[in-house]
Amino acid sequence: MTDIQINISNKTYPTATKPSIEDLKLSLNSNEFTCLVGPSGCGKTTLLNIIAGLDNDYDGDILVGERHTHPKIGYIFQNPRLLPWRTVRENIELALDGNQSPEVIDELLEVMQLTAAQHVYPERLSLGMSRRVAIIRAFAVDPEVLLMDEPFVSLDAPTARQVRELLLKLWQQRPHTVLFVTHDLREAIALADRLIFLSASPMRVVSEVIVPIARNERGNELAIESFRQQLLKNHPEIKPLL
Amino acid sequence: MPTLSLLAFLALWQGLAIYLNSNTLPTPVAVAKVFWQGCVSGQLPFHLGVTLLRLIVSFAIAMLLGCAIGIVLGRNKKLDAFFDNWLVIFLNVPALVTIILCYVWFGLVESAAILAVVINKLPNVIVTIREGTRALDQDLLDMARCYRFSKRKTLVHVIWPQLHPFVMGATRSGLALIWKIILVVELLGRSNGMGYQLHLFFQLFDVASILAYTVAFVAVIQLIELLILKPLDKKALRWRR
Repeated sequence: MTDIQINISNKTYPTATKPSIEDLKLSLNSNEFTCLVGPSGCGKTTLLNIIAGLDNDYDGDILVGERHTHPKIGYIFQNPRLLPWRTVRENIELALDGNQSPEVIDELLEVMQLTAAQHVYPERLSLGMSRRVAIIRAFAVDPEVLLMDEPFVSLDAPTARQVRELLLKLWQQRPHTVLFVTHDLREAIALADRLIFLSASPMRVVSEVIVPIARNERGNELAIESFRQQLLKNHPEIKPLL
Repeated sequence: MPTLSLLAFLALWQGLAIYLNSNTLPTPVAVAKVFWQGCVSGQLPFHLGVTLLRLIVSFAIAMLLGCAIGIVLGRNKKLDAFFDNWLVIFLNVPALVTIILCYVWFGLVESAAILAVVINKLPNVIVTIREGTRALDQDLLDMARCYRFSKRKTLVHVIWPQLHPFVMGATRSGLALIWKIILVVELLGRSNGMGYQLHLFFQLFDVASILAYTVAFVAVIQLIELLILKPLDKKALRWRR
């Protein structure tokens, strides 16, 4: 795996009067789980789209190791974006580029508890199951960076917790560089190695914090809440962003 | 219920024909007799076959070209803006004018007949598929880009399934439109086919034969719907609840 540097000097939408992103420098360390935390509408999705190569109308540069290019990505969108006319397994297979072995799908389906649903069409899945399929698809392509855009939004709390735990289990089995976007600080603390707090209009990095909680303690609500309180006390600059 | 409705229609027709007792409205039984005689003599299957062949060739060309051009225009705003007026012009040129011009320019030959039908149908297909392409789900296209789908993979697995209802709509309206145009094409410039025969029966005031040929053609179109289009629909939409 390779470190990824993101430098965006300016991103302004054609109809906007001021930039959405200005002088943003991010460094993603190999196999690190990074959470971007910022207010709604601050441009987090725009940033992910730039990294994914979906939005090329910006000034800046993305460096993957020594390469000036967009990284190979696995993208988990807010909406799972599965092809409704393809089964769960076909949706995952279609994302593979021929370099990955199809057996990887069996392993991923098993970890995400979807083996029994692999020949089902997405319309018959619950939202939580669809999100798990999207996670499998993203891991299956063995990406250089996994982009996750609030993938647990609109799930009820128990389902969100279950999917989050499965995601962490999968990530620990198959470590990848992750850039996870959320506006939920508790969720970010439960998942991340490193938190990056972003301001809005234009988006800039306000603060970076390493999460010291051990991985086996991430399910402990008390530990999460205690760190959250400590964070808000020690970093008053992040309060307006939440 | 459909059978009952059909029987009611036939009964109404039979009753009206007996009541009017005129050569201009033969009974269904008389039409069935003419139909059978046409089949036995081989005349009806021959002319029906010739018309069907023209229908298949012109329909295939119009659909293939129309789908390709429709997708390109739906995805490219500049090209669409450039060719939009052309489409409006071709949509509004009367079918009869196109047919006459094709015969005048290229002679009374088979290719001119096919070309006339294609020119009449093509703009409809282009417009329908262009609208379908404009309505494509951008989220799914972005997903395909993120996962680096090839152009072929994107077309087959992302674009085409979304265009399916539009293609089927163009197919159904196309079949209905094309066979009507083909009859005019045959009437004006061919020496065989349903249109040629209908013209002949018109001159002889032979309404029973006109109705027998019409029934035969409508039955063929119904068979196409039942044996080809409906199964295609079922297969393509099997993912729906």
